[in-house]
Amino acid sequence: MNIDLQAREITPLRNTFAHVATYIGGDKTASRYQEATLGAQPRVNFHYRPTWDPAHELFDASRSAIRLADWYALRDPRQFYYATWTMTRARQQDAMESNFAFVDSKRMGVLMSDALREQVLQVLLPLRHAAWGANMNNTAICAYGYGTAFTAPAMFHAMDNLGVAQYLTRLGLVIGAPEALETAKQAWLDAPEWQPLRRLVEDSFVVQDPFELFVAQNLALDGQLYPLIYGSFVDDHVALQGGTAVAMLTAFMPEWHDESARWIDAVIKVAAAESEDNRRLLSQWARAWGERAYAALAPVARVALGEHAQAALDEARQAMEARAAKAGLDLDNV
Amino acid sequence: MSNVFIAFQANEEARPVVDAIIADNPEAQVVHSPGLIKIDAPGRLTIRRDTIEGLTGRPYDLQAIHVNLVTLSGHIDEDDDQLTLSWKH
Repeated sequence: MNIDLQAREITPLRNTFAHVATYIGGDKTASRYQEATLGAQPRVNFHYRPTWDPAHELFDASRSAIRLADWYALRDPRQFYYATWTMTRARQQDAMESNFAFVDSKRMGVLMSDALREQVLQVLLPLRHAAWGANMNNTAICAYGYGTAFTAPAMFHAMDNLGVAQYLTRLGLVIGAPEALETAKQAWLDAPEWQPLRRLVEDSFVVQDPFELFVAQNLALDGQLYPLIYGSFVDDHVALQGGTAVAMLTAFMPEWHDESARWIDAVIKVAAAESEDNRRLLSQWARAWGERAYAALAPVARVALGEHAQAALDEARQAMEARAAKAGLDLDNV
Repeated sequence: MSNVFIAFQANEEARPVVDAIIADNPEAQVVHSPGLIKIDAPGRLTIRRDTIEGLTGRPYDLQAIHVNLVTLSGHIDEDDDQLTLSWKH
């Protein structure tokens, strides 16, 4: 008996889901990002308003003063959905693990001068609390924001912030003693140079508008903190004084900041382009929170960079303002 | 002129690579068969890292095409930014 095996091509009747097709303009093959994002936001049939906020539906675009006709317009240029995000971070985690192993095996943490080590611990370790604040805020953006395209990457961003806090913790344990974490927490709670930043972080916890929180945390604060700390302090100051280990153990942060800045800028650009009202609001928020962040970072910059603090602060502020301007905001006339 | 060709497994990872090839090589012909996407091009076919990154929005290591690469024909000229198939030697 002969068995004749043949390959048969079975073409799908449709290339994607109907609700995705309406967004991408017809029955085209959609990427996983599009299928995981578009149309995923619950819109109707909520039945009851939440007891903790009867003025709004469970998912409600009016929690923000920003108005958008279509919240799916806020696409993530990185096209992160769960799988691509986890794979990207897993690769970075592997690289960071080998950095930690390298620093450990060469005993690079011990090779730094005591003064430098002390300064690194003093500047970087309290920032794990600031990173935790960023985690809280991005979680809040995800919880109270609207549109999966906007809220899903906010949750990824929240977990990334937790990762940053954990890397800082591990750094403290590698180059310092376990007590360093407690010392840093006390500094965050009591030391005068940290109080303006702590106040800013704690004030941001009660911002109700998810979009304002997005601008305050991700653009205004982190947009200045990361260039200042991981650019000016770690790369330019610490690394040149024999603290290459610190640059290795924080390698994730500047890389991640540059990557996530593309998402943040894209979100702001699209929201600002939608209407003059949006643009004005976003500009006001960026300016007000940007100024607060600038002032709050000033004492930290002095601890970190001494006489070079002012120049580094201004540089960080210019970097943030340049991003805002590129995204279409006008910080001068608000 | 003889064709060069390259074939990938038909999956999500290969899709941006195929789309990039189509965008960069207007004369390329795409043949879908079960589980496989074969791209024929007269004389020359280029895969560019830039184009793939533009489609996915993320950095791409061109060596990653080998995960889904099934077969190819032509002489290979490759570096970090592009892979070109042709019959030039």
